[in-house]
Amino acid sequence: MAILTPEPTRSPESRSIGETLAGKRLPRWAPLATAVAAIVVGYGIGAAGSIFGLAWFVVAALLFLIAQTAWSFAVEGRRHAVDRLATTLIYACFIVALAPLLSVLLSVIAKGAGVVFTDFPSFFTETMRNVSPRKPGGGVAHAIVGTIEQVAISSLIAVPVGIMAAVYLVEYGRGRLAKWVSFFVDVMTGVPSIVAGLFIYTFWILVLGFERSGFAAALSLVILMIPVIVRTTEEMLKIVPNDLREASYALGIPKWKTIARIVLPTALSGIITGVMLAVARVAGETAPLLLTTFLSQSMNWDPFSGPQAALPTFVWDQISNGTDASVARAWGGAFVLILFVMIFYIGARLLARVFAPKAR
Amino acid sequence: MAKRIDVSDLDIYYSKFLAVEGVTFSVEPRTVTAFIGPSGCGKSTVLRTLNRMHEVIPGAYVNGKVLLDGENIYDADVDPVNVRRTIGMVFQRPNPFPTMSIYENVIAGLKLERTKGVKRDKASMDAVVEKSLRGANLWEEVKDRLNRPGSGLSGGQQQRLCIARAIAVEPQVLLMDEPCSALDPISTLAIEDLIEDLKERYTIVIVTHNMQQAARVSSTTAFFNLAGIGQPGRMVEMGPTAKIFSTPTEKATEDYVSGRFG
Repeated sequence: MAILTPEPTRSPESRSIGETLAGKRLPRWAPLATAVAAIVVGYGIGAAGSIFGLAWFVVAALLFLIAQTAWSFAVEGRRHAVDRLATTLIYACFIVALAPLLSVLLSVIAKGAGVVFTDFPSFFTETMRNVSPRKPGGGVAHAIVGTIEQVAISSLIAVPVGIMAAVYLVEYGRGRLAKWVSFFVDVMTGVPSIVAGLFIYTFWILVLGFERSGFAAALSLVILMIPVIVRTTEEMLKIVPNDLREASYALGIPKWKTIARIVLPTALSGIITGVMLAVARVAGETAPLLLTTFLSQSMNWDPFSGPQAALPTFVWDQISNGTDASVARAWGGAFVLILFVMIFYIGARLLARVFAPKAR
Repeated sequence: MAKRIDVSDLDIYYSKFLAVEGVTFSVEPRTVTAFIGPSGCGKSTVLRTLNRMHEVIPGAYVNGKVLLDGENIYDADVDPVNVRRTIGMVFQRPNPFPTMSIYENVIAGLKLERTKGVKRDKASMDAVVEKSLRGANLWEEVKDRLNRPGSGLSGGQQQRLCIARAIAVEPQVLLMDEPCSALDPISTLAIEDLIEDLKERYTIVIVTHNMQQAARVSSTTAFFNLAGIGQPGRMVEMGPTAKIFSTPTEKATEDYVSGRFG
């Protein structure tokens, strides 16, 4: 083993080879200690007044990055130092990506939950009919009804169309028509929501002469839902193994039945997730609703006639009133909207779990 | 119920690419015929043309005749779905339907495509499931967990489940595309025993890379090879298994079965 005997001039990393597989490592508490030290120093710099606001936190993060990498390099060698650097950067990106989401969620809960629960349950049962913008009171009942009806109608139209379009693209589409369908789905994905609203406004209301209604709003939401459903369903159908289709054909099962009874059930859990994302997207749309159904302060159960409220337009309306009571109601409306999407999302995840292929 | 197959002058194409050229052979009822040959020589392709699975691939088509008891399965008015009901297939990788239980997997073919004269009530379905699983030597292992997902079984059990599924629709012919290549020796033996039983009732054509397996299970063997690099595959020789493995007519066959093949 003479060849492998370490020479004193080698780096710490290569020294470990030959004698033992274990190298020198930083103690387990090293990252935590570095972080605490970096925060203390960073906060000190901030308190000294040379930088402003939350910038001290950025300084602390940079200090942590430099100190830990340098310490690791000195003790553990280059590879571990790079590993720790990359780990830290990836966690930092994760936090940066999560921060706005958490910030939105927390501020909506902080500012919205109060209104919702001090007026519980009247905030869910009353409308804004005859409620002065300056005074507290009223509720979102009309907006909840509107959002549920509009989203339900648009789902009833968009889900079958979207899934069938995806089935066409994956199972049948060859040649030019499939290319065009795929191209237009891409184009639709990029359509701004207000353009979808404008399209329904000019086509449904101005050209065909129908009145503003929750149904017109639902039509504009359909335009936004279809591409999301087509794309996600397409991806899900593509990952269904071809083996299963061939196994089904080999049993003498026709193609359409193979798709309906083998392929779609296998992909169902993913398709439900895709539908969910589409619903979550359109539930928060404001611009197309303003053009197609506008606002209402009172309950309108009939989605086919007259303006109908919805949660996003409720928020928009209350914010634009500008009074303290209205702004509080707007936060309450935003809170209810997030609650609505969340309940729907959890429900869909549970449903997807029920339908997911099971291993045993 | 087993039927004979006569193939004459079959050319098989993938779009413009001629994959297999000029294949002519016959398969007698209630026999096991093995296709052997190097990878890429078209054994599986030929097998898949026997129940029109070949044309599932976009652009794939054939020229020539495949007669099933004298009826050409490539005639214009023949429905490929009916062909596949008559000629079942087992694939290289076990592929039970993941959303279905063992029970549902076995009756999938009967449940999803109703045929005249097949009873679909619970009792007759139960009978079909037991008969098919017994036929596939799987009944004893799964009879207490018929409602569990088929994908929870081991690889060998899954393959036997796929065989049970294939024989549940009572085909006349059973095609097997390397059914044991993903299995361990014990499961392989179980499947080979099963083939031995099944040949009493079915005409079986099996593709295999395992020459011992071909020698063990088949009565007739066909050797496939490429005519040359970049040229279509062809059937070099077909004959009784004992003859192919001892005194083949063609030099190429002898080189292949004796392991001298390049």
